Amino acid sequence: MKRLKIASLALAGMMASAPVMADLVIPDLSYRTGPYAAGGIPFSDGYQDYFAMLNARDGGIGGEEVRLIECETGYNTEKGVECYEATKGEGALVYQPLSTGITYQLIPKATADGIPLHTMGYGRTSAANGAVFRNVFNYPANYWDGASVIVNHLLNENGGSLDGKTLALIYHNSAYGKEPIRTLEELSKKHGFSLTTIAVDHPGQEQKSQWLQIRRERPDFVVMWGWGVMNQVAVQEAANIRFPMENFYGNWWAGAEHDVTPAGAAAEGYKSLNMNRIDPDLPVFADIKTHVHDAGNAAGDGSNVGSVLYTRGMYAAMLAAEAIKTAQEMHGESDITPAMMRDGMEALKVSAATMEGWGAPAIGPEFDVSCADHGGSGMGIVQQWNAGDGKWVALTDYIESDAEVIDALVVEDSEAFAAENGIEAGCN
Amino acid sequence: MPDQLLYGIEAAVNGLMAGVLYALVALGFVLIFKSSGIFNYAQGVFALFSALTLVGIMEGQVPFAHLINSIFGTEVHHFGWHVPAVLAIAFTVLVMVGLAILVERYILRHLVNQPDIILFMATIGLAYFMEGFGDLMWGSDIKTLDIGIPQGGSFWIEENTAWLGGEGFYGFFIDRLDIVAACVAAVLVVGLTLFSQYTKQGRALRAVADDHQAALSVGISLRFIWVLVWSIAGVVALVAGIMWGSKSGVQFSLSLIALKALPVLMLGGFTSIPGAIVGGLIIGMGEKLFEFAIGAPFLGGATENWFAYVLALLFLVFRPQGLFGEKIIERV
Repeated sequence: MKRLKIASLALAGMMASAPVMADLVIPDLSYRTGPYAAGGIPFSDGYQDYFAMLNARDGGIGGEEVRLIECETGYNTEKGVECYEATKGEGALVYQPLSTGITYQLIPKATADGIPLHTMGYGRTSAANGAVFRNVFNYPANYWDGASVIVNHLLNENGGSLDGKTLALIYHNSAYGKEPIRTLEELSKKHGFSLTTIAVDHPGQEQKSQWLQIRRERPDFVVMWGWGVMNQVAVQEAANIRFPMENFYGNWWAGAEHDVTPAGAAAEGYKSLNMNRIDPDLPVFADIKTHVHDAGNAAGDGSNVGSVLYTRGMYAAMLAAEAIKTAQEMHGESDITPAMMRDGMEALKVSAATMEGWGAPAIGPEFDVSCADHGGSGMGIVQQWNAGDGKWVALTDYIESDAEVIDALVVEDSEAFAAENGIEAGCN
Repeated sequence: MPDQLLYGIEAAVNGLMAGVLYALVALGFVLIFKSSGIFNYAQGVFALFSALTLVGIMEGQVPFAHLINSIFGTEVHHFGWHVPAVLAIAFTVLVMVGLAILVERYILRHLVNQPDIILFMATIGLAYFMEGFGDLMWGSDIKTLDIGIPQGGSFWIEENTAWLGGEGFYGFFIDRLDIVAACVAAVLVVGLTLFSQYTKQGRALRAVADDHQAALSVGISLRFIWVLVWSIAGVVALVAGIMWGSKSGVQFSLSLIALKALPVLMLGGFTSIPGAIVGGLIIGMGEKLFEFAIGAPFLGGATENWFAYVLALLFLVFRPQGLFGEKIIERV
């Protein structure tokens, strides 16, 4: 007993005298297990590998090492909140919750704690209004942008008119899946196409009824807002009913390699959005290989490098690293706080030269963040699956969303949120 | 015939086909519950694990590759061979038999005479362990499962039924995979029936199902029967895993197919093989018809998951033991 007491005192003494680690803490709320792991693993690998590469190659950012804390959420909202609570005390600079459900739970918590959230292409869409959601950023694009980009692409493909056309939205029956409905309803009024919405219950393993409905109604286009197994089953069912795959569009969470490979050759021609360019020859991959993978420090088994979601995870890390750099320059301090990080995110400028500097030229659109606009450019590209080569091929350059429709919706929704929560909107 | 009526028939037929797939999952639950009174929570994970193992063997994947590579700094992922589907299925059956032996040896044997709830809790633990073990063994990525089962609507059926309706009717859609699943389920049920009626082990299995103590008193080995029945349930799980995995790829959400089996069990009874089949058909057809006629047009769709349970509860009100379950008689 005496020995135990001495050991405890010694340990307490060591802890008390340990120097405070001056590092940049980035939590990674990943999901490497459970039904959605296939999507979570490559994103997390890309996110972690990029920071590991910065540590190994540059000694971190601005002379400060990045300390990544991985926490497994299993894509479960409760676990995600637990991860947040368990890691925020470490000095977390920014959270990438990687789940719309977790994001909704974290918005009030992170706002109260003064820690910024980056919900890249997911989460609460109206958080693009930084005057209301001061700590939430969803650049480079949000769900409503995504829906609008698809419609704009269809307009381009159909001589500028969708009058009389029919569009079916097949969506995950959740807050996430329902996000584009409002936008598509507005756009259907504007462009004269008719909209049918078809819900698929979680997890989406069985979709026979939904695809029989599509077969009966024969819409000109089908748009999918899916995640997890829903995507793979939908692509297979579309092929089963011989729906023309070139008229089937997934959003950017329904456009990874694993969404189409189970259907084999039948997935040929399926299209999806992407918020960033994929190119396995980006120079940054060589640096990741040299400094991370060859050194045996890869986050995963290395098999995901260059894939859609690995690239997106890496792009998210690049945006976070750039915001850290911006914050360090703004405040003249390398060991920044979450509040400084928020300032850096709000002053983020991503130009062609910036991306060139990352070793990832044109990986995303150019955009500037401001208090009024936390949403970035809102642009996206359309890519198509080539089953023969097993590759996604970019079909378009970055397409703009319909700002006239989206901005009005963002203002309306965010102002309603501000009124409900007693938030005084403003940029000062 | 009016097109809407024809499409209603199409929804019903597809519901029956989906019901066969639900029944395949429910069968595994029934077999184990009937012989040992255990509600095997891990049955869905068995389907996942068997499908993962099948693809792993077919593709020549090195089991525990990630672990091996992490410990030894190697880069081994594949053996470099492809195993034909039939052979891979045979190997997977052996793995499932091995799993049944381990379950009996390390779990069931130690829980004899424990309350049912303890056994149920043990299967919950088994489910989570198996999911993690499967992940460690074969990885979390989505695997393509192609053992040559045809997929997609049957052209022949479409073309030969299109004349039944007007211009707005495109013929009946029936997925060829569902037809194969129905045939496999029929073979499985006939095989299980013949096995239980005409083989020594089958009769022993029925004896255990009727009365454990009486079966023990006439020299039937309870341990052997448990291994046998968990092995058969493993094979049934493999069949379900193949059918569902062919549609969606083999991925961890496959374990959630167990949720589709629960209303089937409630309706068909936990102890009846014909009950699992008939229950599956009723649930499948009921949910699809409801979605077609009421769910999609009036309720915003996505009604199938909850309506299946409503249907099962309705049956329970009138037959608490399920449609084919054994009547509960308590003598004082």
